[in-house]
Amino acid sequence: MEKIVLPEIPDFNQIEIYLANGGFESVKKVFTKTPDEIIDEVKKSGLRGRGGAAFSAGLKWSFMPKTTDKPKYLCINGDESEPGSFKDRQIFEDNPFQLIEGAIITCYAIGAKVAYLYIRGEYHKWIKLMQKAVDEAYAREFIGEKMKETYGIDFSCDLFIHKGAGAYICGEESSLMNSIEGLRGYPRVKPPFPAQRGLWGCPTTINNVETITNIPAIIKNGWEWFSKIGAPKHPGTILFGISGHVNKPGVYEFPSGMLLTDLIYNVAGGVPGNKKIKCVIPGGSSMPPLRGDQLEGVRMDAESLKEAGSAIGTGGVMVMDEDTNLLKVLLRISHFYHHESCGQCTPCREGTGWMEKTLHRIDEGHGTSQDLDLLISVANNIEGNTICALGDAAAWPVKFMITRFRDEFEKYVKKDIFIPVPNKVHSMRETASPLADLHK
Amino acid sequence: MCFKFTEENLSRIEAARKKYPTALAAVMDTIYIAQEQNGYISNEVMEEIANVLGIDKVNVLSVVTFYTMYHTKPMGKYHVQVCTNVSCMLCGAYEIFDGVKEKLGLDHMQVSPDSKFSLEEVECMGACGYAPMIAVNEDYFENLNKEKVFEILDSLK
Repeated sequence: MEKIVLPEIPDFNQIEIYLANGGFESVKKVFTKTPDEIIDEVKKSGLRGRGGAAFSAGLKWSFMPKTTDKPKYLCINGDESEPGSFKDRQIFEDNPFQLIEGAIITCYAIGAKVAYLYIRGEYHKWIKLMQKAVDEAYAREFIGEKMKETYGIDFSCDLFIHKGAGAYICGEESSLMNSIEGLRGYPRVKPPFPAQRGLWGCPTTINNVETITNIPAIIKNGWEWFSKIGAPKHPGTILFGISGHVNKPGVYEFPSGMLLTDLIYNVAGGVPGNKKIKCVIPGGSSMPPLRGDQLEGVRMDAESLKEAGSAIGTGGVMVMDEDTNLLKVLLRISHFYHHESCGQCTPCREGTGWMEKTLHRIDEGHGTSQDLDLLISVANNIEGNTICALGDAAAWPVKFMITRFRDEFEKYVKKDIFIPVPNKVHSMRETASPLADLHK
Repeated sequence: MCFKFTEENLSRIEAARKKYPTALAAVMDTIYIAQEQNGYISNEVMEEIANVLGIDKVNVLSVVTFYTMYHTKPMGKYHVQVCTNVSCMLCGAYEIFDGVKEKLGLDHMQVSPDSKFSLEEVECMGACGYAPMIAVNEDYFENLNKEKVFEILDSLK
């Protein structure tokens, strides 16, 4: 099986080896075509964003205005702070030049003169590796003002690395732009979308590192080749980062639509001690968890996982064996979102705190069955009521973990039922109320 | 006490400034440079950053207080960061965190009296497949157990 993003070629991160294997050929090919043809090609290939939302990359590019007197920008999202996701660092380490090549092609397609590569601050080592690669590309005149002469074309673009400083929220696209502008990483209200008003009010496209790294291969081999790999509705290969209770954790590249059980048992070597699996989170901690006894037939692509009641997210698979205390896991996840909430929207700022406190109470042995309903109610009141998706990301694990593992969570709480006095104002609201069951 | 950037750092700030169309955008890079020189971001440092970039001090303050990697208090020579997020937790990160706490006699965000060590419980560091992990200053140490962590801590002089 061919690897697109992480080819198994030794020293592929050396520019000589990269060039010897057809590196920077796609850029030359691109410059013989018009930007619209490139956007069309990527659109037809069916490439979907690898950052979590799985939105069509070509379609996103086509939203960029064709005629504007403002400069356009490209942002490449390498913030990668989602627990369970650790794929982008492999690209920085093993395939930096394909990322740079992809950035040049994308800049040409959308008409951007400047691209910012946002890398999370903790990745000191990988920022240095990436900076070295960018410097080398500049030295060889593949990028920058001098690329005009190299390729004999009236187009040039720059690539700058922007170092984050430890904020999960900056992986959200509008907050990433605020962070590049030198502001607090607060998400912006959408619309206007980045393609209309992005960085410094100018049209901006934001793509994930893995998405951009796929571009040179699509240009090189054509959209038909790409669209035939993996699941038809979510084609291409995906970097699966598998962690937790498996024998061989790590990042593996496979065509989309592979069986989740295949990934866990054949690729990652199964669960230590041949234990049963209790729970799997298939796409990073924000995505709804799946029960271990319902993994048969689940395939790893956006559509199939949606059907199975979860989402592909960033492809970070977390496996938990039968001895895992899910309450502790959920408490840790809730603590994370409470810590990372930026504090702009009340439902998220307050709700994440209350969910953590309630879970803490259950953990200390003072919880009742009603606390579980309370948690679901709080989660429902966060979901969809915030500016960005962090609210949903905080609500989903709580909501789905408790609903799908109710039997397990009931073990941690007291069975006492307090009959509450129904609050008329509250029970008139459409949101799920902890009292809803009593009225049935 | 007055904080001034060194000549070398001033030219690094100038280089960072050239990446962006506005001076404000260079603030994150500049704070990193200041933290490298001074160890932490004090009031004077923020004033000097604002001066150098020609922006308001409040812009610097708002950024410094938002991001977790900027420190407003002095940290130890070795800033030990233990990840305890889900993947690490499943592989025994709390055992390591408790061990480090006991060995260093420190809790989350505390600094030892001789300023040699400081400890922080951090969120996911992007090393989930190589869990559990700790980071000391800028370096990652992965696939650890308690013994290996103690070895690492003992080797820090």
